[in-house]
Amino acid sequence: MSDTTPGDPNAPALPEAEGPAVGRDEWVARHGERRLTRGGRLGEMEDRLRAVPWWAFLILFLAVASLMPAVEASGYVRRVGFDTAIYMLLALGLNVVVGWGGLLDLGYIAFFGIGAYAYAIFDSDKFGIHLPTIVAIPAITILGAVIGLLVGLPSRRLSGDYLAIVTLFFLELFETVMLNGNQIFGHNITGGANGILNVDPLSFFGHTLVTQHQGIFAVSYYYVALAVFAVVFVALRFANLSRIGRSWRSIREDPLAAEVMGMPINWLKLTAFATGAGVAALTGTIETSLTGSVFPLNFSPTVLITIYAMVILGGSGSQAGVVLGAILVNVLLQVLENPDQARVLFYLMIVVGVLATFRFTRRLAVLAVETIVLGFVIHAIVSAVHPSWATEGHNGFSGLMSHWVLVPENLTPWVGQVAYGVLIASVLGITLLRGWARVIALPPVLYLAAFVWENLMIPNPGPTRYIVLGLLLIVLMIARPNGLLGERRVEIV
Amino acid sequence: MPTFLQLTLDALTLGSVYALVALGYSLVYGVLKLLNFAHGDVVMVGSFIGYGALQAFGGAQSPAVPVWLLLILITLAAMAGCAVLGVAIERFAYRPLRNAPRIAPLISALGVSFFLANSMQLLFGAQQRDYQSYLLSGGSLYFRGFDVDTVHVPLLRIITISSAFVLMAILWFMVNRTRTGRAMRATSFDGEAAAMMGIDVDRVIVFTFILGSALAGAAGVLLGLRIPTFTAIGFTLGLKGFTAAVIGGIGSIPGAMVGGLLLGAAESYTAGYWTTSWSDLVVFSILITFMIFRPQGLLGRADIRKV
Repeated sequence: MSDTTPGDPNAPALPEAEGPAVGRDEWVARHGERRLTRGGRLGEMEDRLRAVPWWAFLILFLAVASLMPAVEASGYVRRVGFDTAIYMLLALGLNVVVGWGGLLDLGYIAFFGIGAYAYAIFDSDKFGIHLPTIVAIPAITILGAVIGLLVGLPSRRLSGDYLAIVTLFFLELFETVMLNGNQIFGHNITGGANGILNVDPLSFFGHTLVTQHQGIFAVSYYYVALAVFAVVFVALRFANLSRIGRSWRSIREDPLAAEVMGMPINWLKLTAFATGAGVAALTGTIETSLTGSVFPLNFSPTVLITIYAMVILGGSGSQAGVVLGAILVNVLLQVLENPDQARVLFYLMIVVGVLATFRFTRRLAVLAVETIVLGFVIHAIVSAVHPSWATEGHNGFSGLMSHWVLVPENLTPWVGQVAYGVLIASVLGITLLRGWARVIALPPVLYLAAFVWENLMIPNPGPTRYIVLGLLLIVLMIARPNGLLGERRVEIV
Repeated sequence: MPTFLQLTLDALTLGSVYALVALGYSLVYGVLKLLNFAHGDVVMVGSFIGYGALQAFGGAQSPAVPVWLLLILITLAAMAGCAVLGVAIERFAYRPLRNAPRIAPLISALGVSFFLANSMQLLFGAQQRDYQSYLLSGGSLYFRGFDVDTVHVPLLRIITISSAFVLMAILWFMVNRTRTGRAMRATSFDGEAAAMMGIDVDRVIVFTFILGSALAGAAGVLLGLRIPTFTAIGFTLGLKGFTAAVIGGIGSIPGAMVGGLLLGAAESYTAGYWTTSWSDLVVFSILITFMIFRPQGLLGRADIRKV
């Protein structure tokens, strides 16, 4: 396998191969070799980074994260930090199922909901039960894992598609049951659409962690979430390095081969599934202890796609990757809420995308000049013909951009609808073009994209965020299925 | 308390729409072995196209053309629009992933589903769109019809059920009695062998998406004629559609019809005799039961794993 050493004879000898790694085939191994032989400063840096053990990164990350509230003390930042930690936990759990087990679990958010509801039922005034936190959290985590096991059971001898159906239906069912749970044989258990309110905050040995401190979000919850994150991260890390982690990866790579080797693949699938469910349930308890309430609609498929986008963007199978994905996606969602930041983000992404595609070539120069000129020409013509279509005069970045892109005072709905439709069609069409044809055709599309973004998408952050996440999933699956930090996998036929 | 006959009528109406949706899943699964999660959203887009076409012809109050022609035209518009949409989805979201691991196109399909639902919401808002079919020719779609015992069968129900069955008959004919249909069956039986025999598999897949999505468009209009439509219906509809496909045997065309009708029956009898809010639970139980005891569905052929 390694007898074809590429490159010049003076190159340093390759490190001794570590022997065949489980769950890797020849192509992946060669990919690893290529990485080892990558020269230059970049390769050197990569080698050094690879030599740093994973726990060093974890400690560094935790240190930076725990210093964050000290740097920026606003309640908003703390709350976003807490949410990010929750998302990181959820992404870690989903990574076990999707990244390691290779199972498509579309009911993952239901287990998050089960944890949240279980905590709300066992720790609130609703039934007057107040379990101590130290008992409730482990018990609910196990409950989540057991329910996960039960849900996975019917699909154990079936292919991945059937698991996807059963789990997706389970999510839908969970929502239905929680919505109608106020009339189960005349008993009100889940509070229906009104949810359960006044859930206890966390308390340890009689010491209660308040959720609000002098009107702003108490920082203690942020640290609790971080601590739980650290524990879950390390536990899953060890699981992955151990025998069961190797087995999980083997069923992901080739279930048939694993079965032939005598692995109990059904049991392994179920454990992966149950582990993910347990982590989700655990996360649900922490989330609910802070928010103090649960509602059925908190656990909709829209949350599911958010978590999937995190895992796929970061790189499914890589723990550091999914954590990075969780941070990036949550920041993205926050940015999309703010019109000014969303505007800057859009143009930044365009510039980065164009730079990455064309590098510093003549094509880039032509493209840039063409795009800028096109915008000013359109702007000049339209403002001469129809002045109310080209408003100007905001300050800052948006004011600057309003000299280029058209921002009508009142956009007639059909104009936006047509522009959006044409934009989608032309973006799809442009992927079919190659070479100079693409360079020539791109500027109008970019201009149209800016127009749609400014006039249609920035004013509607609700749908826009899920459009962006949906697109992210499609584009990533096609262009870079291994995400940012994941390892590329190959299907062996 | 609605009578048994009334509920059976509901079951037939609901079931025929589910069957049309299930057929789209089944066809695509047959040739690509892919669960097209976006299919439910294609149905939703179809019902919106139908609504748009209806407004373009002057609305339900005073349509510019006779009612029978109007209904045919809006159905055809939705079918054509959805066919184009389906082909685009296949070309840009699924074809690049043809040889990727099985999980990749599924995730891409999830992305397409969210993209479609939220794009429609961005463009047209979240409010309901009512076809107002009760206004068509002074409400005769509801008054006319015939009576069975004490139950009135409105014309609209007859149109819904019969057009669904006509479409299924046309589909059956296309799949079983035409050259392209034979190519489809060959591809679904063994894609690789079909390609070796000179069948253009890409063309067959595009054709499959055209058929499936056109049926989705028709289903969208039939649904929209009876109940107001909005952008979030796609998700639930998709779920019901593929449950029906699984019950009947995914990949089997008669199976999808039987599955759709069974699901419709389960839902309307549950709603009639027990409660509406738990009908999902009943459907889910049926799905689980089938998965455990008969994973190949009622009419599907058992999946033989080749090593």
